Amino acid sequence: MSEQTVASPGAVSGTTEPSVDLRRRRFLTGAATVVGGAGVAAAMVPFLSYWQPSAKTRAAGAPVEVDIGKLAEGQMMTVEWRGMPIYILRRTAGSVAELAALDGGLRDPGSEVDQQPKYAQNAYRSRTPEVFVAVGICTHLGCAPTFRPDVAPADLGADWKGGFFCPCHGSRFDLAGRVFKNVPAPTNLLVPPYAFMTETRLMIGSDAEAQA
Amino acid sequence: MNKLFQWFDARLPISSFWNAHLSGYYVPKNFNIWYFFGSLALTVFVIQIVSGIWLTMNYKPSAAEAFASVEYIMRDVEWGWLIRYMHSTGASAFFIVIYLHMLRGLMYGSYKNPRELIWIFGMLIYVVLMAEAFMGYLLPWGQMSYWGAQVIISLFGAIPFIGPDLALWIRGDYVVGDATLNRFFALHVIALPLVLLFLIGGHIMALHEVGSNNPEGIDIKKHKDADGKPLDGVAFHPYYTVKDLVGVAVFLFFFAIVVFYMPEMGGYFLEKPNFIPANPLQTPEHIAPVWYFTPFYAILRAVPDKFLGVMAMGGAIFALFLLPWLDRNPVRSIRYRSPLFKALLAMFVISFIVLGWLGMQPVTPLLTFMAQFFTILYFGYFVALWWMSKNEKTLPVPERITR
Amino acid sequence: MNAVKYALGACLALLCVMASPAQASGGHVAGLVKAEIDLGDTASLQRGAQIFVDRCLSCHSANLMRYNRIGQDLGMSDAEVKERLIRGADVKIGSTMQSNMSAALANTAFGVVPPDLSLTARSRGTDWLYSYLRAFYVDPARPLGVNNLVFKDVGMPNVFWREQGEQVLTKDAHGEAVLSLAKPGSMSPAEFDGMMGDLVGFMSYMAEPAVLQRKSLGLWVLGFLAVLFVLLLLLKQEYWRDIKK
Repeated sequence: MSEQTVASPGAVSGTTEPSVDLRRRRFLTGAATVVGGAGVAAAMVPFLSYWQPSAKTRAAGAPVEVDIGKLAEGQMMTVEWRGMPIYILRRTAGSVAELAALDGGLRDPGSEVDQQPKYAQNAYRSRTPEVFVAVGICTHLGCAPTFRPDVAPADLGADWKGGFFCPCHGSRFDLAGRVFKNVPAPTNLLVPPYAFMTETRLMIGSDAEAQA
Repeated sequence: MNKLFQWFDARLPISSFWNAHLSGYYVPKNFNIWYFFGSLALTVFVIQIVSGIWLTMNYKPSAAEAFASVEYIMRDVEWGWLIRYMHSTGASAFFIVIYLHMLRGLMYGSYKNPRELIWIFGMLIYVVLMAEAFMGYLLPWGQMSYWGAQVIISLFGAIPFIGPDLALWIRGDYVVGDATLNRFFALHVIALPLVLLFLIGGHIMALHEVGSNNPEGIDIKKHKDADGKPLDGVAFHPYYTVKDLVGVAVFLFFFAIVVFYMPEMGGYFLEKPNFIPANPLQTPEHIAPVWYFTPFYAILRAVPDKFLGVMAMGGAIFALFLLPWLDRNPVRSIRYRSPLFKALLAMFVISFIVLGWLGMQPVTPLLTFMAQFFTILYFGYFVALWWMSKNEKTLPVPERITR
Repeated sequence: MNAVKYALGACLALLCVMASPAQASGGHVAGLVKAEIDLGDTASLQRGAQIFVDRCLSCHSANLMRYNRIGQDLGMSDAEVKERLIRGADVKIGSTMQSNMSAALANTAFGVVPPDLSLTARSRGTDWLYSYLRAFYVDPARPLGVNNLVFKDVGMPNVFWREQGEQVLTKDAHGEAVLSLAKPGSMSPAEFDGMMGDLVGFMSYMAEPAVLQRKSLGLWVLGFLAVLFVLLLLLKQEYWRDIKK
């Protein structure tokens, strides 16, 4: 018995031991709380992991292969990957050359914000200058921007050199998916991981490096 | 922190509730192992509610998708197998715990004055739990689920005049079908759990009003100290909270053995035919309810008449409700009752178990005869109890708890 | 009090006796041979997966089982799974195992649609599967020329006849039906039994892929609960020292 002894609190008089070892009691309470708490925390892991994408979802979200052999210059096609629209655009050499001239009016011309894989962090935001791949979801509030290749249309103004226009809140992106200044969208369009299997076959959702 | 607590305590009965039901709630000091099953039932209830909520997140209550969605949980969902096994094991564990809890009541006369209402609440919980388990059992939509539900719902068809229409109304279809599954799902996941919650609340409130019985059957409120605290009682908290936690740990140990090493329990907890999707055109060779229903199923089959069989089955459950008034002896604990009472109770327990076994077997003339014999013993308990308890020769019950 | 304890003990013993011989449903059918399965034997399960893909998947499906899950659980990389199990078929690694034969065609060929095999090891039991696969015998009266001692008049041919050889039905000294090997196959009976053991082992795994994870995790959980129990027991005893008996 240490000096830390008192009459036991909850017990009934007459049935009471004269004193209790509070130190031991406190230690055991603490130890049981810590171990029990660790058990509860561990038991939470399965319940939290349960919300992760399931094997079925992950299988459905596997990389998709796309044949772009028939995609003509200036044309765009849309494929689905993980439920998201993926825009694949074959730009003309002319429109690629024009991209640099737009830099002054853009929010992030150098693609500093992490919205693309490393290999797409360049002047044209893609692996090769012509073929551009992006997730067709506006970085503002998630609408699908429309592809507007026409130059200087009446509704978009004389400066429009072709690009993406979001009908929901008027955000504008150039043909490399770079966002213009003074529109609600904060960042450039997201470029998904992708790789060329052959010159005409794209794998969306997988980096070449990860390809076995 | 203390101020914050006081702010809440002034507006919400936190400390008074704590005092009334935990730290200031006095419980007999002589609880034995039988008294763990109340808190264990509560533990299983929590396990079932939590794992059940998680299962609904991926389960699809439609005839076309139900079976596959359960296997989807078992295979494709992260940790889905663990949560599903917790729920399926929990169902059986619930009944094991409840049956032992009820047997405790029979042994120590916990249903007697002034605890009749606690017993009634408990019996209602048991009946609702059976409904809850029965409806939950349909959800995996396997062969056993399907044909078990088909058979049990057909029992309602035995009721004169309204039976067939009643069975049709319950199913919402000419056989068990998509509509049945969908409504059973709604009842299983929300309606009946809510009812259970209220009944459990009532059970515990009624218990805390009159106080717990104990293995000696002695009323601890008769002898109090100067502060008005029972001399043979101890505060529920901390004494029984720490004790019940030991029980919970032991229970979880056995629970985990089943979940991790024998989730099918040799076909008793998860039955083999239930791994085949429900097929309304083909009955499995041998169908039997899950083990916890089989005593009553055996009684049903023991009676050759369909309607009377259903009545006997219902009567077997209803008789338990009447126990507080059938047992006319004021002595509660089996420790001070006559050898005849002990023999009767042993007979009752044995017939319940044997009937449970018989309910799983295919019908043969010998087994049917056995079922009839033990059905008579089952009901004989209630009759004999009523008859012998009036003038039963009991031992003197001590004034104070000494063991 | 003692009488009650004895009665309860007797009940418990009775329960054990009743629980042990017969499995609740389906039942242990007399005459089934016990399948010796070791789910820890990854090589055996891999061989079983190979046999399943080569021989069963022609007609049956396993549409709850994903190829990549087999790889993850049985220690094969996606590339290995593609090479050994998918083998150039235009099937994604995350797909479930579909039959190579259409249901309609199978129905014409066998008179029934071959059942999906994902859960067969759980619905029939591994002993049944193992016995069934070894119980084909020559029966000219049947459309496909074979019958099965475990599954009478089954519509399935003996796909392993080359390995097993041909069995015929005879009666033993007690008049019981037994099978004897009339024409040996390319494998010895022991080799063939081993092959079927691999296959049934894989099907057992396939019926519950979580089984490997379940059994390895269980020990940790039980160990933890044992520690927790000791701590709680000490805590309980510490508090209960206040209370005089």
